[in-house]
Amino acid sequence: MSAETMILMTMLLPLLGAVGIIATRRHPDLREAVTLVTASLVAILVIIIANRFLDGEEFALTVAEPLAGVSIAFKVEALGMLFALVAGLLWLVTSIYSIGYMRSHNEKNQTRFFAAFAVAISCTLGIAFSDNLFTLFLFYELLTLSTYPLVTHSGTAEARKGGRVYLGILLGTSIGLFLLGILITWLVTGTITFQEGGILAGKLDPAWAGLLYALFLFGIGKAALMPFHRWLPAAMVAPTPVSALLHAVAVVKAGVFTLLKVTIYIFGGDFILSNDVTGGLVWVAAATILFASMIAMSKDNLKARLAYSTVSQLSYIALGAMLASKSALVGASMHITMHAFSKITLFFAAGAIYVATHKKLVSELNGLGRAMPITFGAFLIGALSIIGLPPFGGMWSKWYLGLGAVETGQLILLGVLMISSLLNIAYLLPIPVRAFFSKPTSGEHYTEIKEAPKTILLAMLITSITCIILFFYPDPFYKLARLAAGGS
Amino acid sequence: MQAHLSLLLVVIPLAAAPVVAILPQGRLPWAVSLIVTSICAVLAGMQLWAVVHDGVISYELGGWAPPWGIEYRIDAVNAFIALIVAGIAAITLPYALLSTEKEIPEHQIPLFYSAFLLCFAGLLGITQTGDIFNVFVFLEISSLSSYALISLGRKRQALTSAYQYLIMGTLGATFFLIGVGLLYSQTGTLNMTDLAKLLPGVIELKTVHTGFTFILIGIALKLALFPLHLWLPNAYTYAPTVVTVFLAATATKVAVYVMLRILFSVFPTGFVSATPTGDLFMVLGIAGIIIASVYAIYQMNVKRLLAYSSVAQIGYIALGIGFASASGLTASMIHVFNHALMKGALFMAVGAIVYRLGACRMENIHGLGRQMPWTFAAIIIGGLSLIGVPGTAGFISKWYLVLAALEQQAWIAVAVILIGSLLAVVYMGKVIEALYFKPATEKNLSVKEAPILLLAPTWVLVIANIYFGLNTELTVGIAERAVQVLGAVAK
Repeated sequence: MSAETMILMTMLLPLLGAVGIIATRRHPDLREAVTLVTASLVAILVIIIANRFLDGEEFALTVAEPLAGVSIAFKVEALGMLFALVAGLLWLVTSIYSIGYMRSHNEKNQTRFFAAFAVAISCTLGIAFSDNLFTLFLFYELLTLSTYPLVTHSGTAEARKGGRVYLGILLGTSIGLFLLGILITWLVTGTITFQEGGILAGKLDPAWAGLLYALFLFGIGKAALMPFHRWLPAAMVAPTPVSALLHAVAVVKAGVFTLLKVTIYIFGGDFILSNDVTGGLVWVAAATILFASMIAMSKDNLKARLAYSTVSQLSYIALGAMLASKSALVGASMHITMHAFSKITLFFAAGAIYVATHKKLVSELNGLGRAMPITFGAFLIGALSIIGLPPFGGMWSKWYLGLGAVETGQLILLGVLMISSLLNIAYLLPIPVRAFFSKPTSGEHYTEIKEAPKTILLAMLITSITCIILFFYPDPFYKLARLAAGGS
Repeated sequence: MQAHLSLLLVVIPLAAAPVVAILPQGRLPWAVSLIVTSICAVLAGMQLWAVVHDGVISYELGGWAPPWGIEYRIDAVNAFIALIVAGIAAITLPYALLSTEKEIPEHQIPLFYSAFLLCFAGLLGITQTGDIFNVFVFLEISSLSSYALISLGRKRQALTSAYQYLIMGTLGATFFLIGVGLLYSQTGTLNMTDLAKLLPGVIELKTVHTGFTFILIGIALKLALFPLHLWLPNAYTYAPTVVTVFLAATATKVAVYVMLRILFSVFPTGFVSATPTGDLFMVLGIAGIIIASVYAIYQMNVKRLLAYSSVAQIGYIALGIGFASASGLTASMIHVFNHALMKGALFMAVGAIVYRLGACRMENIHGLGRQMPWTFAAIIIGGLSLIGVPGTAGFISKWYLVLAALEQQAWIAVAVILIGSLLAVVYMGKVIEALYFKPATEKNLSVKEAPILLLAPTWVLVIANIYFGLNTELTVGIAERAVQVLGAVAK
């Protein structure tokens, strides 16, 4: 296959899959087979592209050019490759998980669910490979729209309300601020194509750069910086697989990924560092890290707690982007991967608990550990990885982020990262601890409770073991992160 | 034939109208109208091609040389608008067959198509002619026939709406005529090219300014420029579906054309910026966008909701005119085209619901999204285009408009354009929520998808919305050329 076809296929395959899913809607087994086959093909495809990319091959493709200089174009570069790899691999794992979850739940409208999911993945890969801000914006909006039916899946009043907040904030920020940022960039530089070293240096008066950066920072609502984070907890009304893949990986990472792209390829790290573009804005990220962690502590609903944890962790990446030094950028890029694998494990576990016991609250989990050792074991691994302890992958990204803070002399921010790690311990570790060591409340016995279905356990095992593997072997992601940050 | 192209575009439908009126009941009147509009669409396409390749066409009616005789003068601006009018008519007519059979009593159908063709001829006439009095004549032809068309709606309110439009429309036409008279008294000419030559000499005169104001208000009424839009929501709501589709996509667009012509071709360069005209358009455009969009949110009838949205969209066009810059006018011209596409598609899709249900109030359409998936998808895509999501035609309009605003550092305008998009999210979201999330009533569960004859034209426009969002060679290319023709703008 030529390089062009391969890029196109990554986006077309999930779309074809969606068509296939709708076509086979009367035969659930066949429909799920379509999902699995498509997801496997996409996973294989991104691995092949990654290998050939690391070997130095170039992938670029222009599909259409609606306006002169504004085209729908794709190009594989290190950061996008890293993101595509994460999204592509985790889609497969999540598909395995979803089938078990949706079936044991007897959810309605499963066809719509799997079809919309496939479309969302197609959009995510579109974002990952986009070569300019217009293409990125196109897929960014499509991703919001295609995930809306997933958020409102249950169709209840609560789901509709959540959906309204979701669409309102994501479309509002993107049209009101992000698009404005893109247009101003276009007006100032006459281009919106991503370029090594950025395109704004020398074109934009540094005095205005901070303001433009703020437009991007807040306009990219998917990065969930406070005060535009409310959509993420609101999206938790969705079925758990959606929360797991889309609202811990694909959608939110599309946000911080976009922010990193803008930082590295529109502003350029040197431009930001030499003009102190983000001097004031880093504190927004720092505040989000701390506040979201504190809110997470106060949440008894497990998914809500995980959602606020995600808000907090996303700001690690935003912080890394704004510090803009080499190590910080490496750390931020790595954190896309590390947080993805850890957080998806946690969501998988939350879903498994819900499927097996129908419990949603942290305070109800006492003593469940004996009945569901695999689930809570996986949860423990995911939690430790998020906290950033060895031997789990999460350590590396925090390491480089910390290094970035030291490099730029921001010792207070280093302190913020430390405190946040402590807060992570405070709101994540009690969950497995309660499950394993506390006695069930009010004399309940969990003799009849068993682990969730096998597909769910399998998916959870894969992601949690990957968290450990990534500690010993972070290489492909580390390499890509270094390349993205401008090293070799 | 090439030489008579411009005249044929007006004469064919004008001559066909009385013929259609005396045809027997049945489908024959429809068939003849379909043929006429299709021919006109082809001719309009040829005319645009000829203008783009060979330059301005000047046709002397009856061999009388301008400025004494009437001249049809076609450049990129009016050739473009003529193509929109003829193209939309040709797409509307296949749709019209079933829709009118359902909505209009059988014995009135020949008269309906006759009035339709008259209106069509009038609108084309406005675009073709180079004579300002002739513009008035065609304006009246199209207006009178559209009053008749609107009054054919099924509800009794159609009559009052048509009456309301008649009063407002006549006021507008009278104002226009007074303005033309005042200009004539000072220059002694009615030919627009000639006027453009003579006006700079008398531009300081109060009479000319007064004439200008009269003309401005007259067209603003036909244009439904906020706050002169009051006739529009009722007219669009109660008119038969086909009429709504056709008028929404063409009538206001032709009025925009006349406005552009007067402001930038007839009156000398810089006149708009030198007088408060530009600011007026900006203020009214901004007010229209915000107020009409907010009104749209509170409408309980989907057709009325879209009608208010049209008023808001006219606000965008006015805003572009108000900037009086090349990019602003380009944005307006593009939006004229794109808005015809999106509103055409949306009104057609809603018409399909009316066809099945006989109504389109919010509480009637619950759960129809599952029953009519293709219609529903058309409304979604049309809505996205209205919002201006990238990949749709609407995005291209927004892109140019915001750039034009940024160029002049009109930050309020920038904010208003973007807020307008968000308000569109809200009102289209309401429609989509009612169609999809509200549980279907017993009655709605038995509703079937609309017939293919209604769906096909709708989807032609829906696909056009996407096509012109990805390939803008035609729209942007012609719009930029048109703005060069209008020329008289401060760079």
